[in-house]
Amino acid sequence: MSTTMSAPDHHLVEGLDQPLQVLAEDGTRHADAVLDPHLGDVDEALLTDLFVDMSVLRALDDEAVALQRKGELGLWPPLRGQEAAQIGLGRTLPATDFLFTSYRENGLAWCRGVTPQEMLAVWRGTALSGWDPYQRHMATPQVIIAAQTLHAVGYAMATRAQGGSEIAVACFGDGALSQGDLHEAMVFAASFGAPVLFFCQNNQYAISEPVTVQSPVPIALRPTGFGIPVLRVDGNDVLAVRAASRLAAQRIRSGEGPVFLEAVTYRLGPHTTSDDPTRYRDEEELARWRRRCPVLRLQRHLEQLGAPVDSLREEVTIRADAATAGLRAAIDQLAPPAPDSLFEHVYTTEDTALSRQREQWRAFEASLAPEKPEQSPGSPS
Amino acid sequence: MTGESTMAAALNAALHDALAEDDDVVLLGEDIGTLGGVFRVTDGLLQEFGPARVIDSPLAEAGIVGTAVGMAYRGLRPVCEIQFDGFVHPALDQIIAQLSRLHYRTGGVVRMPLTIRVPCGGGIGAVEHHSESPEAYFAHTPGLRVVTAADPQDACSTLRAAIACDDPVLFLEPKRRYWTKAEVDTGARADLVSARVLRPGRDATLVAYGSMVTTALEAATAAEDDGIDLEVIDLRSLSPIDRETVAASVRRTGRLVVTHEAQASVSVSAEVITAVVEDCFEQLEAPPERVTGYDTPYPPSALEDAFLPGLDRILDAVDRTLGRRSSREVA
Repeated sequence: MSTTMSAPDHHLVEGLDQPLQVLAEDGTRHADAVLDPHLGDVDEALLTDLFVDMSVLRALDDEAVALQRKGELGLWPPLRGQEAAQIGLGRTLPATDFLFTSYRENGLAWCRGVTPQEMLAVWRGTALSGWDPYQRHMATPQVIIAAQTLHAVGYAMATRAQGGSEIAVACFGDGALSQGDLHEAMVFAASFGAPVLFFCQNNQYAISEPVTVQSPVPIALRPTGFGIPVLRVDGNDVLAVRAASRLAAQRIRSGEGPVFLEAVTYRLGPHTTSDDPTRYRDEEELARWRRRCPVLRLQRHLEQLGAPVDSLREEVTIRADAATAGLRAAIDQLAPPAPDSLFEHVYTTEDTALSRQREQWRAFEASLAPEKPEQSPGSPS
Repeated sequence: MTGESTMAAALNAALHDALAEDDDVVLLGEDIGTLGGVFRVTDGLLQEFGPARVIDSPLAEAGIVGTAVGMAYRGLRPVCEIQFDGFVHPALDQIIAQLSRLHYRTGGVVRMPLTIRVPCGGGIGAVEHHSESPEAYFAHTPGLRVVTAADPQDACSTLRAAIACDDPVLFLEPKRRYWTKAEVDTGARADLVSARVLRPGRDATLVAYGSMVTTALEAATAAEDDGIDLEVIDLRSLSPIDRETVAASVRRTGRLVVTHEAQASVSVSAEVITAVVEDCFEQLEAPPERVTGYDTPYPPSALEDAFLPGLDRILDAVDRTLGRRSSREVA
């Protein structure tokens, strides 16, 4: 039997051969026909802001790792290396667009004004989610891989049904490409033309599994099978992420359906503070990606523009010190919740079975309290 | 509206009225639009309310529940249909790990007013995966309400209560009762918690739910011929369980038989019996009995009559609890 098979559909992907980029590793700005039309407002002031944001975010992330090492946090998922991806998206979309993220998007949370206490509560174990999703326009962090991508699509469908103009954003890593939920999310998004942005930070590893274990073809080809167009950008180039986020959001908002944005990046640290990446990555690979550092790249670009980088770095130090001090201070304010809050918010109304268990708990707790010695009148108190 | 109706038509009326009264109610599921659902429960609703309210979905159960979670996040009140009980399992993560705990996880900020309708149980001669009784998996999940209905009136009024509820509700429809006819008042409302004493009696308490309520009532009628007076309770809510109503009955009768289609081990009957043992052990005159499906996978349909509890197995258990001669004493 002889059959002719056509090649996978490449025409829906921009940046397949080489991720779209406008800032080279050495900080040189070069042209890109797809991205440039969306970078018209970039001036030195904006570049400065992005540099400060990324630098402060790196300091915050490092501080959280340090807090975990000191035993103040149970766990932390470092984002070092992914600052450009998160700041690029987070400082570009309007604050009303609703984010459904995984657990490594603390940079996006920071862009949404999430406070240090709110950010650390989950990792210190004092809450299952630290903030009000409606206030921050960002759902509570999702631990199960890809589950939130469906929520984003449903939210987007409902937004359109209710006449809203905001889009929903599903944020996930490359590991999510192996999960059924993401594929069902892409089916629903494509079938209903949902106003949703699929934002993949391809940081090359799902814990220790390299992206090659997830897919023998570039993951950017996957969404094309659903008819979803893909922008594949250098995720360590904050301007590329900014331009692609804008382009995608504009297209989605105009009613043209979902877009998949792959930010090709690298997690420089471990998956979480619990694992040891030296067991699954070699030094040479790490060194290669360190040279592509998103923060350093923007700094070099600023230097080439003749920006006052030294004074900028001083400002970063001051702002980073304040931010990290805020994280440390937050620890003291994160007291464990009242024990009997254990029983609250299971249902929206009182449930008799649960009330009964709460009473049993209270009675047991009371039984542990030391008995007060009886006081006779006149005895010293 | 009042009139004689099948359970399927009563459910259709409930969905119709919910859609008509609240623009935020949307239906979502496989084949629910043009076809009107494989059991025709959504018949005619697409034509009346349009494809934005009655959404024919891709064939993807996690997708149906997961996108409905997102819709509820944005303020809609989605009603999902899972086509058959055996197909609910691909959506387990979305139901158990996502939907059921969002209210708790967010400290009460996010509400999930989402109803999942699942045609449930056997007795219709269906092929594999079309006759399951998965209620115990869900009843074990905090934050999720699990309810079922036994007759057309209760199906209509309980479904309306489920859609109105701000908690997520798994609504199990006993598919072999879809064509049962009875008078239905579509304006009547149920609550999502209370069990119903359908038939008062003095000798033993017989607890059933869903499809087995009809069988339990038939058993009570048959027992009358032997001079046995059974009290029949329709549990209705499988989570939470109305243990007070059951215990009050057992305090009067002193004896308990629980029946359901689902397998016995770690089941709703296990929970009901435990509740009674905790609440009124000293009023029990005999060990509680249960009459259920066996602990096997659901068998080929040619064997489902042996698997499903029938009138005679229930009466046999009633005999045991009353200390009368039962099958277990036959040599």
